[in-house]
Amino acid sequence: MSARPTLAVWKLASCDGCQLTLLDCEDELLAVAEHVEIAHFTEMSSASVDGPYDVSLVEGSVTTAADRERILAIREASGLLVTIGACAAAGGIQALRNFTSVAELARGVYAHPEYLDTLETSSAIADHVGVDLELHGCPIDRHQLLEVISALLAGRRPVLPSYSVCQECKQRASVCLLVARGRACLGPVTRAGCGALCPSLDRGCFGCFGPAESANTVSLARRLAADGTSQAQLSRLFRTFNAGAPAFRKESVAHDAPPAER
Amino acid sequence: MTHRRQSADLTIEVPGLARVEGEGGLRVEVRGGEVVSVALNIFEPPRFFEGFLRSRSFEEVPDVTARICGICPVAYQMSACAAIEDAFGVTVDGRVAALRRLLYCGEWVQSHALHVYLLHAPDFLGCADAVELAQLDRAAVQRGLELKRVGNLLMEAVGGRSVHPVNVRVGGFYRAPRPEDLRALLEPLRRALDASLATAEWVAGFDYPDVEGEYLFVALRPDGAYPIDSGPVASSDGLETTPGGFAELVVEEHVEHSTALHARLAGRGAYLTGPLARYALNSASLPEIARQASAAAGLGPVCTNPFRSIAVRAVELVFACDEAIRLIERYEPPDPPAAEVRPVAGVGHGATEAPRGLLLHRYAFDAEGLVREARIVPPTSQNQLSIEDDLRRVVVASIGAGDGELTARCEQAVRNHDPCISCAAHFLDVEVERS
Repeated sequence: MSARPTLAVWKLASCDGCQLTLLDCEDELLAVAEHVEIAHFTEMSSASVDGPYDVSLVEGSVTTAADRERILAIREASGLLVTIGACAAAGGIQALRNFTSVAELARGVYAHPEYLDTLETSSAIADHVGVDLELHGCPIDRHQLLEVISALLAGRRPVLPSYSVCQECKQRASVCLLVARGRACLGPVTRAGCGALCPSLDRGCFGCFGPAESANTVSLARRLAADGTSQAQLSRLFRTFNAGAPAFRKESVAHDAPPAER
Repeated sequence: MTHRRQSADLTIEVPGLARVEGEGGLRVEVRGGEVVSVALNIFEPPRFFEGFLRSRSFEEVPDVTARICGICPVAYQMSACAAIEDAFGVTVDGRVAALRRLLYCGEWVQSHALHVYLLHAPDFLGCADAVELAQLDRAAVQRGLELKRVGNLLMEAVGGRSVHPVNVRVGGFYRAPRPEDLRALLEPLRRALDASLATAEWVAGFDYPDVEGEYLFVALRPDGAYPIDSGPVASSDGLETTPGGFAELVVEEHVEHSTALHARLAGRGAYLTGPLARYALNSASLPEIARQASAAAGLGPVCTNPFRSIAVRAVELVFACDEAIRLIERYEPPDPPAAEVRPVAGVGHGATEAPRGLLLHRYAFDAEGLVREARIVPPTSQNQLSIEDDLRRVVVASIGAGDGELTARCEQAVRNHDPCISCAAHFLDVEVERS
């Protein structure tokens, strides 16, 4: 990397929340801008410097033919490509289309579906191009984003957890909602990163950060079913913002089918 | 110069608008000195929320719809809760309502500080962005970032986090914040109130183009209070109705250049929601300190210059900080933190004031509380026709300007309304084409 590396921020189909997280680094934003040249960030600036870029942050999933082309060009123009958020890592909430027909969804929302340019599926960036690092979360965590930027500037690997939310709950000394209260909680199978926020608010984890490494979703689903969670609820529980992540996808589909087929 | 341009044919095209929340562009065509077409193009990839909400449980709707917008997730959660509670006949107690309003104040402060300082002010000061602005006036940018930080702190204290808060549920909250945790925000909020007053004075010194819009304003108008989270829907031409009555009047149209549906009011036409509308219909309900700020910002009781919306946002920052302080000083934790919610088959409506305008939700549920039908009318689709009218007025008023200036003015005219197109993807590749 050059003395002052260039950073580009891109967005495909998504809500803006993950790139907003960069602007939410209020105490650090001006300092970051001193160490990094923010060369392309449409939400923040009307100036844009042509690539190549040392680092690209990509928010959003691929849902249109135009964006399928665009991600190839972004990859080509980028040294390191870091995806930010659940849309980029797993297709996001809009990957719910992958479980139904887009034509049907479009008819329900738009009078003229023929005006739309849209693909049958919402897919992760890594399904299209090589990705150097995925930052998880819906939304991403501000501290993890700063860790990634600092690590890239220092030329080291960022330290990011791959263990589950359970470990963060233990660190906070929160009561286990699943064991103590029989409450539906995806903490055991969800990647850490939020600081076990929901259990601290007396709410079961709903999986914003996607599956943890080697998540045993089958075992968790069996436990939740024994505690009274219905098959339809189980399917919905695994089918939200990370519905397209393979482990969650598989588990949600398993509860769509009649139990006999499992 | 002016004469030459008045007879010219001209196309102003900005394929990718910067400093807006979303993926949009604009195109204005001038033929023989007349503006013949204007279009705010919205090409954000469609995500089909209303489609995939079907068959989801009512309990999931606030979290799912929050993902429509990372900048105003609380607005989505609040309109969704209001609509669902309307459908099920649930009434929340005053303490829950006050806590919701407090969370919403956090979102207003965060979103308005972002827009005023990072997205809009650079236009008035000739900068590409806030980083460049910081080179001219670092103290101003730091003031804006500090304001934004306090808004986020408030959202975190009540909602758990600032982007897609997790503590909101139908009926109220999962856990009520501890009074001492909220009281710890009083000091930062008092500083934020001072910073908001300084913001109003700061923007009063900007140069504003002399453009007045003719708007049909639509906003919530609660009795004796500035609108945020509840109230009947009112218009500047005398309409007053419920959110459900309003939903009947909104006609949405799907046009080719936009993945947002264009809304108009039946029998009335284009209308405008957002700060200018809220202010025009409710400025008399502002607290004294916000009225002082409005005088300092050079505003009367109604403002129809869209470029001055930045001053109205500054006044609303003052209001939101003051309101948050008031709510925290009177805070009593709701106990239980949420009303009991039992689904029944039915239809419900909810309308609240997102920072950028009125957000209407309508849901039909089956007896188990699964969504049968969802309709979401966001501020930007309601404002789209009025934004296009503004573009027309701005081009007419500045027709003698150079290409670069005219294009910049058009972009600014769009940013005046803080459109939330929920995506900002394309290169800023300004194109001025003459035939």
